Amino acid sequence: MDVLTSAYKTVKESEVNVWFEVAKAEDFPKDGGVCVKYKGKQIAVYNFTRKGTWYACQNVCPHKLEMVLSRGMIGDESGVPKVACPMHKKTFSLETGENLNGDLDPIAMYPVKVENNIVYIGFSE
Amino acid sequence: MVGYKFCEKFVANQAGGSYKLTVFGEEPRPAYDRVHLSEFFENQDAKKLELAPRNWYEENDIELITGERVNAIQRDLKKIQTSSGKEYTYDYLVLATGSLPFVPPIDGVDKKGVFVYRTIEDLEGMLAYAGKLKQEKPEAKAAVLGGGLLGLEAAKAVMDMGLEPHVVEFAPKLMPRQLDSRGSNVLKLKLESLGINIHLNKATSKILGNGSIEGMQFGEDDALATDMLVISAGIRPRDELAKSCDLEVGVRGGIVVNNKMQTSDPSIYAIGEVALYNQMIYGLVAPGYEMADIAVDQIIGDPDKQMTEDIDMSTKLKLIGVDVASFGEPFMPAEKGLSILFENKTKHLYKRINVSHDGQKLLGGILIGDASDYNMLHQIYLNGMDLPENVEDLILGARSGGESSFGSAMSLPDTAQICSCENVLKQDICGGLLEGKTCNLKEVMAQTKAATGCGGCKPMVTELVNETLKSLGQEVKETICEHFEYTRQELYGILKVKKVQTFDEAIEACGKGHGCEVCKPLIASILASLYNDTANKEEVIQDSNDKFLANIQRNGTYSVVPRIPGGEITPEKLIVIGEVAKEYDLYTKITGGQRIDLFGAELHQLPAIWKTLIEAGFESGHAYGKSLRTVKSCVGSTWCRYGMDESVSFAIELEDRYKGLRSPHKLKGGVSGCIRECAEARGKDFGVIAVEGGWNLYVCGNGGATPKHALLLAEQIDNETCIKYLDRFLMYYIRTAAPLMRTAAWLDKLEGGIEQLKQVVVNDSLNIADELEQEMEQLVNAYECEWKQIVEDEQLQGRFKHFINSEDSDDNLVFVPMREQKMPKAW
Repeated sequence: MDVLTSAYKTVKESEVNVWFEVAKAEDFPKDGGVCVKYKGKQIAVYNFTRKGTWYACQNVCPHKLEMVLSRGMIGDESGVPKVACPMHKKTFSLETGENLNGDLDPIAMYPVKVENNIVYIGFSE
Repeated sequence: MVGYKFCEKFVANQAGGSYKLTVFGEEPRPAYDRVHLSEFFENQDAKKLELAPRNWYEENDIELITGERVNAIQRDLKKIQTSSGKEYTYDYLVLATGSLPFVPPIDGVDKKGVFVYRTIEDLEGMLAYAGKLKQEKPEAKAAVLGGGLLGLEAAKAVMDMGLEPHVVEFAPKLMPRQLDSRGSNVLKLKLESLGINIHLNKATSKILGNGSIEGMQFGEDDALATDMLVISAGIRPRDELAKSCDLEVGVRGGIVVNNKMQTSDPSIYAIGEVALYNQMIYGLVAPGYEMADIAVDQIIGDPDKQMTEDIDMSTKLKLIGVDVASFGEPFMPAEKGLSILFENKTKHLYKRINVSHDGQKLLGGILIGDASDYNMLHQIYLNGMDLPENVEDLILGARSGGESSFGSAMSLPDTAQICSCENVLKQDICGGLLEGKTCNLKEVMAQTKAATGCGGCKPMVTELVNETLKSLGQEVKETICEHFEYTRQELYGILKVKKVQTFDEAIEACGKGHGCEVCKPLIASILASLYNDTANKEEVIQDSNDKFLANIQRNGTYSVVPRIPGGEITPEKLIVIGEVAKEYDLYTKITGGQRIDLFGAELHQLPAIWKTLIEAGFESGHAYGKSLRTVKSCVGSTWCRYGMDESVSFAIELEDRYKGLRSPHKLKGGVSGCIRECAEARGKDFGVIAVEGGWNLYVCGNGGATPKHALLLAEQIDNETCIKYLDRFLMYYIRTAAPLMRTAAWLDKLEGGIEQLKQVVVNDSLNIADELEQEMEQLVNAYECEWKQIVEDEQLQGRFKHFINSEDSDDNLVFVPMREQKMPKAW
């Protein structure tokens, strides 16, 4: 089962080798998430319109290993942007990936950029 | 567990990092929580029981070697040898080898189907055996040998496996170490009412059967037929390693330790169930944790710290849903004190307190059926606090005036231990708040670790925090979350008055930050209750299920439930449901609410499934929403020869009226055609029962975890009056309930209870009846089927795709076959 999560490792902006073009910015729901497919990986991308920021992380929730985080609700806790898994409301920081309401493994985070209204996610390979 | 606690305390204590800690365990996995072992039956997730994941050990520089047993200790060389022949040296050695279940030497105990109850592997063995048994013999029985604490847990476990449970105890009472005979009798009655058979005074002489167990022989012609046996007859310390290297052990086992937890070899310590301290083995977690603490202090901390002389053996637990607690001296020899007893067998309640001869001090007691006062009684006992004048008030409650007989937790001395798992004192909790280092419950728990162990002290910690904050002039109220500092009722009023229409407007009007998974769905629910907007208007603030108008299931697929009002359906519609299920390969099941649930639909299939259903005349069943689910009905006077009225017709009318109504929690209704009550209407939020001369209307019933019968609101009323009262009742609930509060809990909190509710709904004492009826009328008129909206608007279908950049579906889904249908592969 751990195979599912081990495929996902946080990528820092400096480690990006591929900027993968996803879709136009307006295709993303405001203050919501979608799931992106890249080379067999599932990546959740959030358009945090209220803050004017974008976040990307693994779609698989480390709790029960289901591909669902993109369907979760976003918000903030003491100023830290977060996503809540739709299954059991496990929450993760969208800045560091850490589990905010438990001891689950952190989720992997990926950089996002928007250029000319096109959304890209950064991968190392 | 005690070994792990040692590691935790060691890490916390080790400032310089001068020691290297290596942990050996013979089981294949890291230390896990044996106290909650029976939970494994519910979720079968061994990881959930782990005290810390493997990487915790890594991060703290602890080498964890599992699946490897230590075979020998060479004390002179300070060396140990493991089962694979490896050798390690030590400066200090800590033995936390625990205990093994004691298996009495009964003839035939080696037969197949006989188990002990100790490790996850034991449980897995039992589960596999029970599974096989059930297939061959649906009525299979399982016996548990031993009526102690663990034995009763095991009985619950075999009951959960679908076997008929029998508990066999040698002594004349249950939990002989904790309970007196009266207490045991009350507990026995209660357990029997739950379906657990209890056999006391039985000395098992032989296990019967040919190869596999078939029964147990007690006396000459006394036997019990059983297909499985779980032995839970006490523990024996695992001291074989200590014996092999000549450490001092007790006559009946256990490694002898002093009050520093040292064995007869000063560089070897023993802690937990293997340690014999004061000639006793302590099988409880709290003394074990204290031993771990002392051993750490002796090795790297404060060597002056020593083990407590008198170990508190008080326990409180929920056994199969029954409160059982025992503290201090549960049995009272007459020369030491006197007892006050309260027994009510009709309610399975028993309370006993033992007080000193002068009536001044509490010495111990037993509580069965209701242990809500345990924390306070335990504190009074531990701190030797003075007792009230009428000592009996402690177990009977004060019978004049509303004052509690305890006073509050605030009256405890500063040094009172509130959390025994983490040894947190009252002053630790209140001190931080008073000094401003902490300012709410969450921070107190994070800083002191109070209530993070078994959680039993949480109500008391909460009370201390709230009372201390109050004393500082801070108002404590049940606000929604950090974004909205209001109760749901207040927020409902604000949003209504300010005519707020969206989440962003709500934050603007009275909130801060960006919202969260608590306030977003709450605002969505209130807006829906105010305007009957469907969940499509602002999908990103809807809860998981409302977002996709379907119930998310364990593998991320969804279930589909079309509305079938009153449970009435034509053959044509049934065929459509069958065809849809066939086309999309969905698992189908009849629900408790008289409709049909189709499971296993993938996100992208939902719009097409609903298109077919809506074309056939179905509507959303709102099975996913905090909204009206169903109005269940019996067949009523149209067919039934006992029926007094047309229950199906009325159920359909009510379900059609309130369908789509969003509320603080889900709503269920029922209509029965006579007092035989086949629709189980009194287990619903509202229930209508036909009687001579009209309908009786009952409200605020509940099935679920805390079942409650609905209470009579009005008698012998006609259809029109019934609807009028229901409109008022439901709107009043929607306006004033807390988030996720069902009607039964709401009525519990409503001052004045059902009488007050009658005043408001029937007599209009608040003069709001017209308003409530008008609001309901607006909601009823504004109803739209939200699935129809989706099917008719392609734009709205966009969110029902697994990927934004691909038409593929989630390739992570795996199903396995089950009884000619399918189910998700287990977690």
